[in-house]
Amino acid sequence: MTRIGHLFERLRSEGRKGLIAYITAGDPEPARTPALVEALVRGGADLIELGVPFSDPIADGPVIQRAGERALAAGTTLAVVLEIAAAIRRRSEVPLLLFTYLNPVLRYGLDRLASDAAHCGIDGCLLTDASVEEAREYAAAMHRHGLDTVFLAAPTSTERRLKLVARYSTGFVYLVSRTGVTGERDSLSGAVAPLVRSVRAITDLPLAVGFGISKPEHVAELGRQVEAVVVGSAFVRLIERNHDNPSLEIQLESFARELKHGFGAAA
Amino acid sequence: MTPQPDPGGHFGPYGGRYVPEVLMAPVEELEKAYLEAREDPAFQAELAGLLRNYAGRPTPLSPARRLTESLGGARIYLKREDLLHTGAHKINNCLGQALVARRMGKRRIVAETGAGQHGVATATVCALLGFDCVVYMGTEDMRRQRLNVFRMRLLGAKVIGVASGSRTLKDAISEAMRDWVGNVGDTYYLLGSALGSHPYPMMVRDFQKVIGEEARRQILEAEGRLPDAVFACVGGGSNAIGVFHAFVPDAGVQLIGVEAGGRGDGPGDHAARFRGGCPGVLQGAYSYLLQDEDGQVSLTHSVSAGLDYAMIGPEHAWLHDRNRAEYTAASDAEALEAARLLSRTEGIIPALESAHAVAEAVKRAPAARDAIFLVNVSGRGDKDIDIYRENFTELDEA
Repeated sequence: MTRIGHLFERLRSEGRKGLIAYITAGDPEPARTPALVEALVRGGADLIELGVPFSDPIADGPVIQRAGERALAAGTTLAVVLEIAAAIRRRSEVPLLLFTYLNPVLRYGLDRLASDAAHCGIDGCLLTDASVEEAREYAAAMHRHGLDTVFLAAPTSTERRLKLVARYSTGFVYLVSRTGVTGERDSLSGAVAPLVRSVRAITDLPLAVGFGISKPEHVAELGRQVEAVVVGSAFVRLIERNHDNPSLEIQLESFARELKHGFGAAA
Repeated sequence: MTPQPDPGGHFGPYGGRYVPEVLMAPVEELEKAYLEAREDPAFQAELAGLLRNYAGRPTPLSPARRLTESLGGARIYLKREDLLHTGAHKINNCLGQALVARRMGKRRIVAETGAGQHGVATATVCALLGFDCVVYMGTEDMRRQRLNVFRMRLLGAKVIGVASGSRTLKDAISEAMRDWVGNVGDTYYLLGSALGSHPYPMMVRDFQKVIGEEARRQILEAEGRLPDAVFACVGGGSNAIGVFHAFVPDAGVQLIGVEAGGRGDGPGDHAARFRGGCPGVLQGAYSYLLQDEDGQVSLTHSVSAGLDYAMIGPEHAWLHDRNRAEYTAASDAEALEAARLLSRTEGIIPALESAHAVAEAVKRAPAARDAIFLVNVSGRGDKDIDIYRENFTELDEA
């Protein structure tokens, strides 16, 4: 079992909910990422999604697109992200999930990536454009090296597809709160509850929900329904606005803490 | 063997459906609607009527007598897609997909455009059939193709500039996909080339294959035999797959796709995917892709915006690997020279894209005595007049 599996076991036994934080690795520059991750963990993030920048991020809204452009301009490649992960792992046991698109991974080599990622202390991988139909080889390579493969389920996913998502997912299933790209929203659609019911009927895996979550109230609302909540663009925007501000780490830490308190409101 | 994708949209290992889960339901809904439409005689009859009475099909197959004489070799015929309404083959696909959109009950159509030809054809069809139309276009392309931006607006379309990434075609495609993901209820994404997730490469080919079906009939009428070689330019590859498709089972007919050789062989200087690319995934499909060693998509260059794209359509990748079609490249300079030659010998100013196909035929014709060449002139050159002026400055004096 990976650190991801252990995390969800621990959350369940302690009766807690998890906060998952996404940031684009290498934004604003690779050397800064480990400290930003540590700040998020101090603020209460239970799992970190490390985004690997890709030149053509079709599933991302403008905030994460810009972060990817900054990271690429700063020389962030998949190999660099693996080094970043290794640096984080030397100082922390926080579960790490690589979050990217298929092409950089194909170019690196599926088996080589799985082997190197495991070696660097990465626990799993989520590729947004690797649909379950096309994912067999990828999932097999990751599982061979003991890594989790997390797939997305959307409110529009058919039951047939949800079954495939559940079959190929290990660690947890990532529910998309609504249709659309990544990015903050004022209110969340009512589509989450029916999706949670449909997926629970198919699998016992823990569920996390993401896309559009940026406020403690969102965390409170969704924390009642799933095991973990993912916040991405809101953290990335904070980094974008404060990248040359010495208090960036403190701001990330306190925003993570504020979000985490949302779960308390739900209890 | 007629190449057909398998039920998952694969041409051999290529194609497929590499899209985020939020797009999966829309592409499955589209596939279902299209497969039903394809079998519906009423749909096919309506499309055939529009192609005939609105777009101007069938297009002629013109013998290129003076061009043939000037080269002293193969007899050259030109398939005249340049004579279609809006000036290029793009309208074939737009009419077909807009009828699919209407069947699906959509009221809004989004599209991407590079040079503006697909955007203009989409805006035209939306005006004809009464759809709201939004066209995404890179801000760099908007600057280069101001006239087409205005044409789209005159036709009632909203043109939205895309200032991310390289600010060109691939960024416009990403933005159109994002719009579609967020508005799937009422919106149809009208993709312009034989690219992207299944079912687009198959559907676009089906709507373009009329080019080759007509040309095959016409050359048999004119010559009593099939051509020795068929030439077409290849960006995404919709005009090429359109003219090739009917000839694929004819083993004696050489199929020659011409990519953009640009200004040189260095990275970023061309868009010849079979010269510098390797298989990868971009915007929904697995195919030959120009990319760097880290899997980031490369910038491309061509004097012709319609060929300036980092991936080739997946069916071409399959034809290539099976050695059923040959792919080569013509440089910017060769295409410009071919455009001038065709203009002066045949009175046809081709689109710069089409001039790439002409250039390859011109190169091979002198050594191919007794052969018959068929060249697809996929579009006319009106949109490229500014580029021709910049390059033939001696004609602009006095």
